Amino acid sequence: MRVLFIIFLMVHVAKLSYSQTDFDGLFMDRNYLCAGLVSSYSSFTHYWEGEKKRDNLNMGTVSNTSVGVMGNYGLSDRLNFIFNLPYVQTRASAGNMQGQNGIQDLSLWLKYALMQKKIFKGDLQLIPALGYSMPTRYYTPDVLPLSIGMQSRVWSYRMIVDYEKDHWYFTGSSTYMHRQNIFLDRNTYYTDRQIYSNEVIMPDVWMWNARFGYRNQDIIADVFYENMNTIGGFDIARNAMPFPSNNMDYHRIGAYFKYETPVNGLSILANGFTTLAGRNMGHWSGIGLGAFYIIDMTKKH
Amino acid sequence: MRYIIIFSLSFLLACKKDIQEVNMVYPKLDPIKGDAKAGNWKPILLTSPNEVACPAPVSINSTRYQGETQEIMDLQKNMSDAQRTIINYWRAGAVLRWNEIMRELVAKNNIPPYQNPDGTYPVPNASNPFAYPTFPFANPPYAARAYAYLSAAQYDALVSAYHYKALHKRPSPSENQPLIQSHFSSTSGSSFPSEDAVVMAVSVEMMKLLFPADTAFVNQKAREHVLARIAGGGNVREDIEAGEIIGRAVAAKFIARARTDGAGAAVGTPAIWESMKQSVVAKGETPWLSQETPPRPPMLPLFGNVKPFLFSTSDIASKLRPVPPPSTSSAQFKKELEEVYLVTSNLNREQERICIFWADGVRTYTPPGHWNYIACEDFVNQQISEVRWARNLALLNMSLMDAAIVCWDTKYYYFNPRPMQIDSRIKTTVGLPNFPSYISGHSTFSGAASAILSHLTPSQAGKYNAMAKEASESRIYGGIHYRSDCEVGLNVGNKVGEFAIKRALSDGAD
Repeated sequence: MRVLFIIFLMVHVAKLSYSQTDFDGLFMDRNYLCAGLVSSYSSFTHYWEGEKKRDNLNMGTVSNTSVGVMGNYGLSDRLNFIFNLPYVQTRASAGNMQGQNGIQDLSLWLKYALMQKKIFKGDLQLIPALGYSMPTRYYTPDVLPLSIGMQSRVWSYRMIVDYEKDHWYFTGSSTYMHRQNIFLDRNTYYTDRQIYSNEVIMPDVWMWNARFGYRNQDIIADVFYENMNTIGGFDIARNAMPFPSNNMDYHRIGAYFKYETPVNGLSILANGFTTLAGRNMGHWSGIGLGAFYIIDMTKKH
Repeated sequence: MRYIIIFSLSFLLACKKDIQEVNMVYPKLDPIKGDAKAGNWKPILLTSPNEVACPAPVSINSTRYQGETQEIMDLQKNMSDAQRTIINYWRAGAVLRWNEIMRELVAKNNIPPYQNPDGTYPVPNASNPFAYPTFPFANPPYAARAYAYLSAAQYDALVSAYHYKALHKRPSPSENQPLIQSHFSSTSGSSFPSEDAVVMAVSVEMMKLLFPADTAFVNQKAREHVLARIAGGGNVREDIEAGEIIGRAVAAKFIARARTDGAGAAVGTPAIWESMKQSVVAKGETPWLSQETPPRPPMLPLFGNVKPFLFSTSDIASKLRPVPPPSTSSAQFKKELEEVYLVTSNLNREQERICIFWADGVRTYTPPGHWNYIACEDFVNQQISEVRWARNLALLNMSLMDAAIVCWDTKYYYFNPRPMQIDSRIKTTVGLPNFPSYISGHSTFSGAASAILSHLTPSQAGKYNAMAKEASESRIYGGIHYRSDCEVGLNVGNKVGEFAIKRALSDGAD
């Protein structure tokens, strides 16, 4: 930790637009680390039980508050390593269900600029990314919607297409998430039939994300649409609780804004989203705030 | 380029997701002891094993028998993989599989109804089972009773069947016709009537009564069971038909009992709910209040009036109902309430695991189902005959139903509040059941189950008692019971179990 602090003090920063995320078309230069803290708050009062929208007076508003460390390191100018580890706390505003909290899943990404090409006087990039996320400890996934996560180890295979012209850009990505089986604290459970095992098959997921925005040396601003589509899984039965292997889908829209402060290397970001439609999923809306700092990790003499 | 290779490789390495379901690898039932004299065991409702009639079988030299063995050979010649899977499933035993099917029906139907727009709650209606809320809401008392009727009826039907088996002594199809391959073990020296068909038919009838909306599913299982027995060379069709006659006749006796055992009136009326509350107020105590929004009527307040199997209704007040819980104004109560708050606000990982393992709440087979699963897991390894399977599960499930009756009687007699009604800081990990606190249902069920199971399998007594204690304490970890509820509940459960042990000692099976 002290080493990191010393590095903080001796940074050298190039004034560029830097990325922190695993879904954008931006890269950190070699040996630069962009690290910071992000916090978010999201909540829902209504949710989709199968495709039927309802509320639950015995839960009230379910909220999820998280604080996480995130970072993006330039292994090379074209290959970035991204990490993220959040602490999550959940709560129900009504009823008597216990909220959950704890450190959730560590996610790691490798993002590679496979192709960078001038097309129609703009820059086109093709960026494959590989992600892996894993729970850092056992937390129960069996008290949804209050579980802090799904407890699944996930391999994510993503392809990002990014096109920028005169600072305006479009970024689209598609991700296949291979979710590994999870384990419960009980030895049988009911999905659409009784299963005698503590192991649960988690259906895989497709994610689609499309963003349109403006970026220059000082700001990144975009609006986005995101779709999650669980491949398989079952619907929550009428008035039953959700289960990790439900068929969870959503369509969301949101906005993302990042600003490079006059303090060299320090940037702040804000984002927000809301859910348009869903299935076996809360009508989540949320906001996030973050602050990042860029550090030159090149060995100094 | 090499990154593309890594990318693709990891995709290919994505692991296989199939899971091994414990109940799909149960061994073939091959009883060590045939219990061929089980026709002399004491039935529960039948007055004698030949109270229900069974027609005599045709000769094995008859055209009918020859035709029916030919049917088996034809099926075996063209057996599909699907048929083989069905045979392997049913080979584990008829009582075991129909118990499992019942657990599945309970889990499927164990969801409390959603409220009406005016804040009242609809009650499932047995005469219109498909309309929402579908019938039944298979909550723990309902489930305990369902398991008991199923197991007790299976037992009586098998006692009767074993009587006729000993009378007719028909060798199995493969013994009569060497070209038939038997996928089953030989059935106690006589394949007529088919004990599988007896269990199947009696189970189908009981399930049609108890889970009328699931009849299609149950009938499908029954067809598969018959197919397995015939294609698997276990029985000819006549064995099956004779078994069905016995099964249906015995079921009729149990259905008649079920229709008049008082369970149909267990929901009560608003006037009854109010009078229960007022009787507690009159004693100067704090009455139970539903903690749900909108307030939900208490679960089956008159289930304590249901007719028990193992003792008379008057034994409940005279021998089984425990002393009152600590008064809500007593120091003892405050101490126990504080314990619940302290435990739940600092729940450790092991306590959380125990909580969830024993939760057996909404969309599960309930605590009685959990004890059926525990018992079956052990019986599977003991290789006991079908009739002994039925007898053991009947003893277990009559204990569980009668435990529910005494527990529900006690809950509504004292009508005392849950911990979070008094201290709103207390939260639960497992959900708060919507009925009074004293005594704990989990504890009463577990006390009864561990007592009778320890008698049936003495070598496992230590394990059963430890499990019962853990199940009981899980409710304190869950923030929904005081220690008194749990300790007294276990004790009352043990006493109910004693009645089952008394029966076990005199039913002729030991």
